[in-house]
Amino acid sequence: MADKEIKLMKGNEVIAHAAVRCGCDGYFGYPITPQSEVMETLMELKPWETTGMVVLQAESELASINMVYGGAATGKRVMTSSSSPGISLMSEGMSYLAACELPCLIVNCQRGGPGLGTIQPSQGDYFQACKGGAHGDFHLIVLAPASVQEMHDFVELGFELAFKYRNPAMILADGAIGQMMEKVVLSPQKPRRTDAEIEAECGPWAACGKGNRRERNICTSLELQSEKMEKINQRLQTKYATIEAAEARWEEIECDDAEYVIVAFGSSARICSATVEAARKQGIKVGLLRPITLYPFPAQAVAALAGRGVKGFLSVELNAGQMVEDVRLAVAGKAPVEHYGRQGGMMFTPDEALEALKEKLLK
Amino acid sequence: MSEVEIKRENLVYDKPRLITDDVMHYCPGCSHGTVHKLVAEVIDEMGLEKSTIAVSPVGCSVFAYKYVDVDWVEAAHGRACAVATAIKRLNPDRLVFTYQGDGDLAAIGTGETIHAAARGENIATIFINNAIYGMTGGQMSPTTLLGMKTATTPYGRDAGLNGFPYKIAEMLVHLDGATYITRQSVHTPANVRKCKKAIRKAFENSLAGNGYSMVEVVSTCSSGWKMSPVEANKWLEENMLPYYPLGDIKVSELPR
Amino acid sequence: MKETLIIAGFGGQGVLSMGKILAYSGVMQDYEVTWMPSYGPEMRGGTANVTVILSDRRISSPIANDYDSAIILNQQSLDKFESKIRPGGILIYDTNGITHAPTRTDIEVWAIDAAAECARTGRAKMFNTMILGGYLKVRPIVDMDNVMTGLKKSLPERAWSLLPQNEEAIRHGGEIIRRVR
Repeated sequence: MADKEIKLMKGNEVIAHAAVRCGCDGYFGYPITPQSEVMETLMELKPWETTGMVVLQAESELASINMVYGGAATGKRVMTSSSSPGISLMSEGMSYLAACELPCLIVNCQRGGPGLGTIQPSQGDYFQACKGGAHGDFHLIVLAPASVQEMHDFVELGFELAFKYRNPAMILADGAIGQMMEKVVLSPQKPRRTDAEIEAECGPWAACGKGNRRERNICTSLELQSEKMEKINQRLQTKYATIEAAEARWEEIECDDAEYVIVAFGSSARICSATVEAARKQGIKVGLLRPITLYPFPAQAVAALAGRGVKGFLSVELNAGQMVEDVRLAVAGKAPVEHYGRQGGMMFTPDEALEALKEKLLK
Repeated sequence: MSEVEIKRENLVYDKPRLITDDVMHYCPGCSHGTVHKLVAEVIDEMGLEKSTIAVSPVGCSVFAYKYVDVDWVEAAHGRACAVATAIKRLNPDRLVFTYQGDGDLAAIGTGETIHAAARGENIATIFINNAIYGMTGGQMSPTTLLGMKTATTPYGRDAGLNGFPYKIAEMLVHLDGATYITRQSVHTPANVRKCKKAIRKAFENSLAGNGYSMVEVVSTCSSGWKMSPVEANKWLEENMLPYYPLGDIKVSELPR
Repeated sequence: MKETLIIAGFGGQGVLSMGKILAYSGVMQDYEVTWMPSYGPEMRGGTANVTVILSDRRISSPIANDYDSAIILNQQSLDKFESKIRPGGILIYDTNGITHAPTRTDIEVWAIDAAAECARTGRAKMFNTMILGGYLKVRPIVDMDNVMTGLKKSLPERAWSLLPQNEEAIRHGGEIIRRVR
């Protein structure tokens, strides 16, 4: 235990520590419950005195996301975090980031909506995160942490995927994961990348000053000629196809012999892992498929389970039924697919999910 | 008639080195072309070609990045000062400036502009104030003068109906973080020379880490104003300058 | 070993930090832990509760159907959580503000007069550690050494001067808790 740095922390606090430790260059944010601890922790850590990371409290979410846009355009590892209403304000910026193919990390610690809603946990932003969520055909890479440790790990993973594909990545957490404390192993401090390293990796596109390059770089999403704009779209879609083929991640719990499968992500998946235990004690063969990436959605894993004869799927979400549409597409009519969820900041217990499964699939 | 041989040494005027060969889309008589030229000259004269990151707006100058040969980031409508804030903080040794019109800066981007200035960001803003939305077809902007006819004030701007115009440069004066605020124009050769000096001073102020600078350029939009370029210059002098008087508005040091 | 505990009361009573001290003590003892709060938007005066789970195995759900133990600090919380305690489980309550005593007979019921004791000694800030001390007397799931380390780790450095008083409060809580049923 001595050589590993084990801490007890909230998910939101861990985001801040992980950002500093993975060599993030800049964080730009605006306070909103239930994620304000991210910036508060960063301000307490004062990384500008150690790694040189910039931390700035912006005047709005509009400003935050556009600061991220500016930083990302220069090849820096930059991020922001917010919660549902704030993410809505950022959506225009996300479209620009995706259009300009700029890597960055956005954390959404979801709360109940719509509107100003509640400050309690929700997963009501699945559609927004996974189906574009702003104008134009684009995707974010979306990671769904189900533990405080994954909040930590997905910061670095998010940056890695963002830079690999030059695409904005989102950690779609919720108020439960953000506010919950668990044990977490912190990674060792990595250095921020030097200007030379950024030039080597991002030189062909980053607008960080011409330096010794001959050609200048221009970061823009404007193209008034439709023929050219369509080509840009086609290039983006080719990239998304590559991401869909290569990056789907998921976890299967007790799925090998499962007759019924719960599909759930994030905090819902954590609760449902206890539902599986309870069901098995009662002799019901239930498994849990937990998508770790929401975009790309692990459709192949769901389809494989449907293909080998699972009798029914229950999509359990803290919303009115959003991911269930992707589950249905993947199951493709081979088995019934039902939804169970709570809304408005309400959580469910493991037993309540089990009752829903019995009522909707076993009757 | 004998042919005049064009030789380099006979040149009396040339396009600045950092103005690209792209054909400018600006209308005849537009102030943008002149201000672009000044920006390009100042960057070159200060030796900043390789260390400049410029931010372009949405509006007529959305394509500014095509014409000045430095690295550019094209910002969403109104967000240039937020974009520039992060660029400068993450790349503190670069010259970072925004180039914005009155719609972009004084309407949809008011918040970002004021807060960047209030924080004392070491960036400069070139603010083209022609009192109209040029690109979208000549609608009223926040700086449209009372009585001025535009596509959305066809009977003239009426204070009761459309509100009053405002002077964002004078507003910024009250912010500690804004240290160099000046208003210039480019409607006469003398004014062009003064404007160039102001741009250089703003860039120097940014590089010195002395906070936020803004050079407002009271400009013409002959197409939007529905005038010839000559008429537009005259109209600017008679109508715009009394409301938007020229000269330095604030020159100060950042409070330490 | 697995202990699922709910601590419930008003915001400002130190509900969340009591849970945090216990959770950190669990970390010191090499347990897996989860600390899952639920509270209203008010910083003070609203309802607040936290579910703390300590286990020697990976913890699946941080949200529980029912609880091994409950620490109850106001009447609303008693009304809400008394029925959620597993048969054979433990209910600990501070007598201050409880107008209708617990009625279950299939659980252990313990009472502690921590609020009154703190009022008597003028040490209101020791309220939650005194309660925690009472709980640990009844449920000694963490060694006292680890509790003291957990206490230190969960307090900001500026509050370390209060450590001896808190340690004393934990011990005293163990002395004054009494079994009702």
